[in-house]
Amino acid sequence: MSKEWPLWEVFIRGQHGLNHRHVGSLHAPDAEMAINNARDVYTRRNEGVSIWVVPSAAITASSPSDKGPLFEPANSKVYRHPTFYDIPDEVGHM
Amino acid sequence: MYAQLVSTEGLKKPEDMTPAERAFQERIDRNEKIEPKEWMPEGYRKTLIRQIGQHAHSEIVGQLPEGNWISRAPTLERKAILLAKVQDEAGHGLYLYCAAETLGVSRDELMELLHKGKMKYSSIFNYPTLTWADMGAVGWLVDGAAIMNQVPLQRTSFGPYSRAMIRICKEESFHQRQGYAIMMKMAAGTPEQKRMAQDALNRLWYPSLMMFGPSDKDSVHSAQSMAWKIKMNTNDELRQKFVDQTVPQAKYLGLTVPDPELKWNEEKGGHDFSEPDWSEFFDVIAGNGPCNKDRLGARVKAWDDGAWFRDGLVAHAEKAAARRAPVAAE
Repeated sequence: MSKEWPLWEVFIRGQHGLNHRHVGSLHAPDAEMAINNARDVYTRRNEGVSIWVVPSAAITASSPSDKGPLFEPANSKVYRHPTFYDIPDEVGHM
Repeated sequence: MYAQLVSTEGLKKPEDMTPAERAFQERIDRNEKIEPKEWMPEGYRKTLIRQIGQHAHSEIVGQLPEGNWISRAPTLERKAILLAKVQDEAGHGLYLYCAAETLGVSRDELMELLHKGKMKYSSIFNYPTLTWADMGAVGWLVDGAAIMNQVPLQRTSFGPYSRAMIRICKEESFHQRQGYAIMMKMAAGTPEQKRMAQDALNRLWYPSLMMFGPSDKDSVHSAQSMAWKIKMNTNDELRQKFVDQTVPQAKYLGLTVPDPELKWNEEKGGHDFSEPDWSEFFDVIAGNGPCNKDRLGARVKAWDDGAWFRDGLVAHAEKAAARRAPVAAE
């Protein structure tokens, strides 16, 4: 019986200077083939200047049920935002 | 700035460049970003490691003068704000160490160079923070000067550095504003509070001007860094911009910039001002500032005292991995 190809997550850098962004996933037998396949599957319209592939199994994701404990504490820390401070217009942009 | 006196090689003329170096320079001239796996001249790589490393060290050591006031903040709100700011500095250091690591150096190596005194951090953090008003002046002046340097660095040629700068600038805009808000409160407070605000400005004004580094009009080093777009403006340009921005802010507070020579020069469209004492600057850089020993000592102590904890986490991770691994054929 033939072996199923593993899944890879694909990240593309759209333009010079930008971060690679996750665009989707695909199957391939190894990393080199995953890059070749990603080029055909995700950049047919010149969408990128660089590709990263990562075995999907290597990704550890936060649990959806942890969303509250992980992210809610930041809601009350409004002072991390510049708009929290009233700075008069006369003193210029800050 | 957060990276002062970064040494590099002299400016290479186009006719002295190899074809690869010329192609590289042309990419930079076209504002293309250079990414870690691409070919780059050795001098570019080394200069960037020094600059980004020094920048990262400044973020980390820069936590100390403000950390001193977290437990002494006048209100719970001020304490939470200061804690959030110091926490940001730690994060900014981490972004920058990672950007440096893409160039083939490890974070632990950079830490070791800092601890041995072989890498520098900004001279400004070798001055003490004596009163609560210093928390205002540090945010207003020190972060103000840092932002003046970091905003143009968002366009620097090295991709990971540029992206770290974009993130840092976005997060840092609150730092200067919270500092100025403290200054507004102090300057409008009791005569004693206003006196403290003026005293903080008096002590931190010239050290803030020093942050931009000595005049670089004659420096071949900065010419090469500017050609490579890892330095975007001369030290003098940024210092002038900083003075022009800050003087009206001091005036609004009703405080006096401690420089009798300071005056508006209509012709140049900027202020004339006194240079800081550069012999003091070189002395601080050489390790003889008021707090150099304390700052480095605190960093080394934190690193050494944390060793058992770092090792414990690694041991735990290894044990957990061994537990998860399938047992080999028995």
